Amino acid sequence: MIHSLFLINSSGDIFLEKHWKSVVSRSVCDYFFEAQERATEAENVPPVIPTPHHYLLSVYRHKIFFVAVIQTEVPPLFVIEFLHRVVDTFQDYFGVCSEPVIKDNVVVVYEVLEEMLDNGFPLATESNILKELIKPPTILRTVVNTITGSTNVGDQLPTGQLSVVPWRRTGVKYTNNEAYFDVIEEIDAIIDKSGSTITAEIQGVIDACVKLTGMPDLTLSFMNPRLLDDVSFHPCVRFKRWESERILSFIPPDGNFRLLSYHVSAQNLVAIPVYVKHNISFRDSSSLGRFEITVGPKQTMGKTIEGVIVTSQMPKGVLNMSLTPSQGTHTFDPVTKMLSWDIGKINPQKLPSLKGTMSLQAGASKPDENPTINLQFKIQQLAISGLKVNRLDMYGEKYKPFKGIKYMTKAGKFQVRT
Amino acid sequence: MSAAPAYSEDKGGSAGPGEPEYGHDPASGGIFSSDYKRHDDLKEMLDTNKDSLKLEAMKRIVAMIARGKNASDLFPAVVKNVACKNIEDPNQLIRASALRVLSSIRVPIIVPIMMLAIKEAASDMSPYVRKTAAHAIPKLYSLDSDQKDQLIEVIEKLLADKTTLVAGSVVMAFEEVCPERIDLIHKNYRKLCNLLIDVEEWGQVVIISMLTRYARTQFLSPTQNESLLEENPEKAFYGSEEDEAKGAGSEEAAATTLPARKPYVMDPDHRLLLRNTKPLLQSRSAAVVMAVAQLYFHLAPKAEVGVIAKALVRLLRSHSEVQYVVLQNVATMSIKRRGMFEPYLKSFYIRSTDPTQIKILKLEVLTNLANETNIPTVLREFQTYIRSMDKDFVAATIQAIGRCATNIGRVRDTCLNGLVQLLSNRDELVVAESVVVIKKLLQMQPAQHGEIIKHLAKLTDNIQVPMARASILWLIGEYCEHVPRIAPDVLRKMAKSFTAEEDIVKLQVINLAAKLYLTNSKQTKLLTQYVLSLAKYDQNYDIRDRARFTRQLIVPSEQGGALSRHAKKLFLAPKPAPVLESSFKDRDHFQLGSLSHLLNAKATGYQELPDWPEEAPDPSVRNVEVPEWTKCSNREKRKEKEKPFYSDSEGESGPTESADSDPETESESDSKSSSESGSGESSSESDNEDQDEDEEKGRGSESEQSEEEGEKRKMKKKKVPEGQGEGSSSDEGSDSSSSSSESEMTSESEEEQVEPASWRKKTPPSGKSASAAKEVSLLDLEDFTTPSVQPVSSPTVVSTSLAADLEGLTLTDASLVPSLLSPVSGVGRQELLHRVAGEGLAVDYAFSRQPFSGDPHMVSVHIYFSNSSDASIKGLHVGTPKLPAGISIQEFPEIESLAPGESATAVMGINFCDSTQAANFQLCTQTRQFYVSIQPPVGELMAPVFMSENEFKKEQGKLMGMNEITEKLTLPDTCRSDHIVVQKVTATANLGRVPCGTSDEYRFAGRTLTSGSLVLLTLDARPAGTAQLTVNSEKMVIGTMLVKDVIQALTQ
Repeated sequence: MIHSLFLINSSGDIFLEKHWKSVVSRSVCDYFFEAQERATEAENVPPVIPTPHHYLLSVYRHKIFFVAVIQTEVPPLFVIEFLHRVVDTFQDYFGVCSEPVIKDNVVVVYEVLEEMLDNGFPLATESNILKELIKPPTILRTVVNTITGSTNVGDQLPTGQLSVVPWRRTGVKYTNNEAYFDVIEEIDAIIDKSGSTITAEIQGVIDACVKLTGMPDLTLSFMNPRLLDDVSFHPCVRFKRWESERILSFIPPDGNFRLLSYHVSAQNLVAIPVYVKHNISFRDSSSLGRFEITVGPKQTMGKTIEGVIVTSQMPKGVLNMSLTPSQGTHTFDPVTKMLSWDIGKINPQKLPSLKGTMSLQAGASKPDENPTINLQFKIQQLAISGLKVNRLDMYGEKYKPFKGIKYMTKAGKFQVRT
Repeated sequence: MSAAPAYSEDKGGSAGPGEPEYGHDPASGGIFSSDYKRHDDLKEMLDTNKDSLKLEAMKRIVAMIARGKNASDLFPAVVKNVACKNIEDPNQLIRASALRVLSSIRVPIIVPIMMLAIKEAASDMSPYVRKTAAHAIPKLYSLDSDQKDQLIEVIEKLLADKTTLVAGSVVMAFEEVCPERIDLIHKNYRKLCNLLIDVEEWGQVVIISMLTRYARTQFLSPTQNESLLEENPEKAFYGSEEDEAKGAGSEEAAATTLPARKPYVMDPDHRLLLRNTKPLLQSRSAAVVMAVAQLYFHLAPKAEVGVIAKALVRLLRSHSEVQYVVLQNVATMSIKRRGMFEPYLKSFYIRSTDPTQIKILKLEVLTNLANETNIPTVLREFQTYIRSMDKDFVAATIQAIGRCATNIGRVRDTCLNGLVQLLSNRDELVVAESVVVIKKLLQMQPAQHGEIIKHLAKLTDNIQVPMARASILWLIGEYCEHVPRIAPDVLRKMAKSFTAEEDIVKLQVINLAAKLYLTNSKQTKLLTQYVLSLAKYDQNYDIRDRARFTRQLIVPSEQGGALSRHAKKLFLAPKPAPVLESSFKDRDHFQLGSLSHLLNAKATGYQELPDWPEEAPDPSVRNVEVPEWTKCSNREKRKEKEKPFYSDSEGESGPTESADSDPETESESDSKSSSESGSGESSSESDNEDQDEDEEKGRGSESEQSEEEGEKRKMKKKKVPEGQGEGSSSDEGSDSSSSSSESEMTSESEEEQVEPASWRKKTPPSGKSASAAKEVSLLDLEDFTTPSVQPVSSPTVVSTSLAADLEGLTLTDASLVPSLLSPVSGVGRQELLHRVAGEGLAVDYAFSRQPFSGDPHMVSVHIYFSNSSDASIKGLHVGTPKLPAGISIQEFPEIESLAPGESATAVMGINFCDSTQAANFQLCTQTRQFYVSIQPPVGELMAPVFMSENEFKKEQGKLMGMNEITEKLTLPDTCRSDHIVVQKVTATANLGRVPCGTSDEYRFAGRTLTSGSLVLLTLDARPAGTAQLTVNSEKMVIGTMLVKDVIQALTQ
């Protein structure tokens, strides 16, 4: 299936290659570079590029292109999903996935890639199994390896591969047994000029960090499970019990994982926690435009809105902006025409605003489009959909774990058209 | 030069001095040059006795080979250590690793050794080794394709494997080596369907896409009836279109509406596939979701395809590459099944931050989804897109508007006006694109749009984009009769600037000139000749050619007379309007989700998706035989119930044996020694520590099924006496019709549940024969006929003969009624008339919970008379009752005489009209009248219905909000066991138990007798004794009272 993998950085250098079948010359990447040139922007490179003898499937993450070479028909999502899994694994192993980090850990990278695919077909992709096979590098281990000359390859036989619970490694031991769950909801919304909502959806995930000894069997129940319109699970969740009782029952993987992602349908009214008042106008005659934005809280359920950042891509005709914020800091990059305003917390008594003028190219006619405003924010201790975890029970082990649940609401793709 | 220092430098000193060189990792090569001397250490490592060193050495060799490094000098060492020693290593991981190394050596010499090793590994005890064997098959095949036949044998063997670990890998091998051997799948089809949910994600994708092809060859098209109707509607005289549509969904309906034509009945295996893949739509892996989506798109009846839309829309939140692929597929689907995505229209709205390629795909989908009703919103949305900064996207939007305009006649003028407004846009690209689209639109109805053409003519002064100029010129030429004054002037201007124009514009100028010459030669003759002369000396030969050609055609000369007479026909022939259609049209002949579909071109190795067969191939090829004794042991084991782990069966999939569970349980029961007995690969995991989970899993899913199966078995039993009752009552003749309708009602409610059983009966013709009792098909329900698997505790069946009822015979012990539906009789006897008040006549009554024979809406009440006086009582009957509105009574036949000391029983029916109001009536003897009243407990106002868990949930979902009553309670210690809880609930209310996947939840269902509204009761018992009782019913009063009663019963 997957023949080879090339890692290409943003300047177009192939800095790592790995072949699972025969060696494919790296000249095959020329087709990719061609497409990259045509696309001008990295994110516009088509994920699938046909060449006379091969097909190049690529994903772009962390400013690196992961280009897989395949020769025969294969579902493209299969490859794309795998490539993303590779990136996730690197992130899991090294904390960040970047060119220098990959180069520093090239041995581990090769070992991991070797185990992930066998003859091009995925073999061990669960991070728990991989970590059993190949230990992630730590400073201590690097030092020890340097002295003793051993490698990261595990000494024990990787029995996890044989398990029916392949996502959990065996023999887990902790002194502090804890299970944390973060319910994070993101609001995707498009707000139109007049402030009315065109579309709004809530996408939520439950990320877990479970550090429990042995083989615990957890059940998580919700106060209002019927809110969840569409869900997708980590393979550990027993689908049957969700179907019948709306309870999440699972043997958790060890460490961090995404238990569940869900969708709260657009049919339900979504509370929009912020509003943006804007007045952006260009005049035909003068080379100055007016710019004014105010951000305020709307339906926040009494919680504070934090980490508010407003970004906007200004039209090409804008040369510079002279603005004064009532709060926070702002920057305008005259090259990319990107305006960014970091507000921080919103104080409902004193709404933050950004006012000033835009200087336009002299003589040029006024731009016919207004910029869209992208908003980021966070609200702690609130799941905007109203989802509430009822309880978490553990079976199968004797000890009493420490349990914690955190809620957070964030802006996803939150856009205000002006 | 010794290798060691060089390497330690390279690697930042991973190998300390004096250490053996294990530290060098050839896997990290590609950067480091390799040296053959280094292989010495690998040989050394292979020769050690330590497992870990061997394992590591082998891993490195694999790494080297994978990089295409020549590892052939390691060959003897590997073969010696691996092929001979390690392949028989007691540790399964080492065996697997050895095979992996061996199969990765791309040297043709070792093909025989490899073949041998694969064959051996394929029958290894460890599923992990067998998985590795499956992985090795494509490797060997690519090395030497002559081995195909032998490899197919191995594949066949591995396909029969019952573990989830192997399934994905072997199907992968099947796809690479022999995708055309569809016959190998038959026997394993059901097993694969059932294992699917437990296979790892990558395997799921491969299996699903293989099964899609398989299903296309083996089953009939679920939409064939519909398509037949579409083709020749005059044939549809059997029923209305709606009936037909229903027919696609439910086989029964189709069977009744189309008796003459062979009705479409979905093959149960087809249904099995659809049912077992559906939960995978919830997978976290986009590839799996897409695979299921394409399976549904290609295989499911129209009515069911809709379920995939939600999951696909969910994927749009994923990485942009995933979005790209998903949107391509959605675009194709949305052409065929527009309705499916319509509710999600807004999810395809475009954000300014989307990459351009995503924007354009979303636009495509939005355009496909646009229809009469949503077009205003879509157009409004498009309007905002036109002002975007991304010009490619704007151009695509204009195209999309054009397509909407052609597809939806109502908005054509609006769109056209909008596009004309865009002509004054400052951006040239926008204008140019608009012109091109307007041109196409005008071609559809040119007559009305003279104004627009004039407007366009004016634009020739400003627009510089060649394509747009060419379009305008063509339009003016084509419709010059609508703008007779302007057209010559445009030609004049163009003639002036002819030399400076682009080639396509020049061609159109010639074109325009020719057309004008033909229609208006007086004004334009000179101009045309001028243009043609200019063109004659053009640099471009196309233009010179065209000029020469045109001149010959239009200017009459001696030689070319014949042609020029027809010039007008040639140039001014009416031209069909262009059709603006999606580039995704007809892409669905490629299997969706495939690379070929994405590229719209056949990729190497693409397997065509076959068309549905005309006639279904024999379905019995998929029947599998299972040795009976295995099953018996399973049954015994099943009693040790564990929580279901990851069950693959939904509510109705009772008959499916989770295939992998058989050997495991067997191994458990046979104290892990009988690996050779029975099916060869069994008890494979006995040496591994994970067995416990494995068993738990196996047992979990199994026990659940056994529960369901048990229930079915009981149901079957229940049906038998009913049938008898019906038969005997029809002998009676009098009330037979109503009684049969009664039993029909119950059987109807069971129908869906029983359905798999009934089709099973049809499919394997051999299943009925006596000998077949031992060879039960894997999915066969018939096995309950074999005595060995009879459930032990089946209560004796007493015929609830209606005839007996009519004669007033007593069923003294109501608990003898064994039905599943009403396992317990209601509240015990209650006093109707005390001995003293009745002057020696004592009357008791009880709710028998049997359907009342005369009227299904009536509660049947048994009345027990006993005469304790010393005279006989004569002429016992019911006097004129005074009843509240709605309540009616079916009196019992008069009892002529009751001798002293004797007792008698009668049955009467009361329709309580779903209320707990008392029925007052008189009990008359010859001499006296007694006023009596019967007040029913709420629990008696209903009759149990049987439903599956899924149905239950579906119905419950419909009865939310006001119709749901929830109460918390604490169960006393005496009332914690399943048995007691069920008994108490059923004693309180006449409800039927609904199977439930979990141990601490109880579900009951019934219908009120008069109105037939559903009453659903759920009791969720938590371990601590707290419990939650939920009643869902349309009849809120009944619900509330029922909750009260049940709580009282439980907490007492």
